[in-house]
Amino acid sequence: MVHRPLPGSDALSTGVAARSVTHDPGVAAEPVVRRGGRWRRVVPSLVVVAVLVGIWQWAVTAFDVRPQVLPSPLRVVEQGWLFRDALWTNTVPTVQVTAVGFAVSLVVAWVLAVVVDFSPWLRRALLPLLVASQTIPIIAVAPLLIIWFGFGLLPKVVVIALVTFFPVAIGLIEGFSSADREASNLVRSMGAGRWKEFRYLRLPAAMPSFFTALRIGITYAVTGAVFAEYVGARAGLGIFMNLQKNSFRTDLVLAAVLVTAAISVALFGLTFLVQRIAMPWYAAERRRG
Amino acid sequence: MGEVRVRDLDVRFGDRSVLDGVSLDARSGELVSIIGPSGCGKSTLFNVLAGLVEPDGGSVLVDGSPATASTFAYMPQKDLLFPWRTVLDNTALGLEIAGVGRREARKRAEPLFEPFGLTGFETARPSELSGGMRQRAALLRTVVQGREVLLLDEPFGALDSLTRTGMQEWLEGMRSRYGWTVLLITHDIREAVFLADRVVVLGPRPARVRAVVDIGLPRPRELASAAAAAREAELLALLRA
Repeated sequence: MVHRPLPGSDALSTGVAARSVTHDPGVAAEPVVRRGGRWRRVVPSLVVVAVLVGIWQWAVTAFDVRPQVLPSPLRVVEQGWLFRDALWTNTVPTVQVTAVGFAVSLVVAWVLAVVVDFSPWLRRALLPLLVASQTIPIIAVAPLLIIWFGFGLLPKVVVIALVTFFPVAIGLIEGFSSADREASNLVRSMGAGRWKEFRYLRLPAAMPSFFTALRIGITYAVTGAVFAEYVGARAGLGIFMNLQKNSFRTDLVLAAVLVTAAISVALFGLTFLVQRIAMPWYAAERRRG
Repeated sequence: MGEVRVRDLDVRFGDRSVLDGVSLDARSGELVSIIGPSGCGKSTLFNVLAGLVEPDGGSVLVDGSPATASTFAYMPQKDLLFPWRTVLDNTALGLEIAGVGRREARKRAEPLFEPFGLTGFETARPSELSGGMRQRAALLRTVVQGREVLLLDEPFGALDSLTRTGMQEWLEGMRSRYGWTVLLITHDIREAVFLADRVVVLGPRPARVRAVVDIGLPRPRELASAAAAAREAELLALLRA
């Protein structure tokens, strides 16, 4: 999670607006509303998961693997259910930290993107810094953050923001400048200054790429939170995993991983819901091609 | 209302001259067409008139006083309807940008939907419109701003020929009904002969006015007539000279 591949980041270091975050087909997959379509879309991934879990279950039994090394999926679920109280009390702080961290990240990303869009000078000044911020090895810095800021909310928020603001900011910056040049001539001929051009053209034009970037960011947010807790926290799924690992409860580590995955998928799905409300025109537009 | 006098317009991009002393006139209620080879600077001329490019010399007078940024209503080649706005809100865009409230802007655009053949599509999205309807919506967006002169940059260039012919006849009818003053860029000589009172022929870059041809045929025009064919031949010869 420290050096994740990020579409568009290398093209950006040259200062040229990269294109790739926008409308990444793999990330921006649209839920189809046709009857039965939603299910048909989910079925393939369910089948794959079922097959993999089946193989795992079979292999663990067939080769008689010790549960400390690799517990069977059944055991993971079973033990996870037995320890559901502990899992729940540790899930709540993780979700809280994720929410606060990602909210801060969104604010930072929006402020940066708007500032950069309005000022070419600041664009040139800040973009290299943004890229540089992504080369920080978070695995090395996270313990320092705890030394500096203690075990409270702040170091975790910083880690999450550091991990997630970049894709969102880049998505927005590119989204703003994805507005058609001739369209900007049109609104200027109508009397729009820079601010009205932003409000009537650049801002709405950026929404599709913003939501794509939001989905990339939000999936990193949960892992970012877990990672920050892993390094040091009073409660949370990250510290829970760390403690269970130390007492060789591999099954409970994996149960916590399962919860993390469930949160990520839920948040990912939530972005589609928000998108539907925020830009109802987009789905219809795409259906028509 | 809307009498245009363009005098000796010069535009240079760096040391490259794009417009070199371009002059043209349009009387109130006239349609003046501008033709010329591709890339000769026709669009630059419109950008100057629309206030997007500052000329290096020359003057633009409308009804005797210098043109301002809100004298000309500009319709670019692409329809540029915004997918995030309904058709009605797209047509009201210019008014909203000019500071008119959204409700009032809609109220002014709405009555034009009937003559523009867009009735029933007020709340539709632009992607639901046909090519011809999109151009009519873009023209409505231009007209409703209530400016003195319309600048139409190849409005029908992207349409199939059947739709284009229909749109030309429709524009002819609308113009005689509303009395708009129009400057029209086109690549289509027949379109110019069918619609224009006068045709300004520009030479290759840097653009200079090569000739101004009075069409002077009675309306509605019959393109199959010998007189129309003669005008076409004359324009073609001027372009090729």
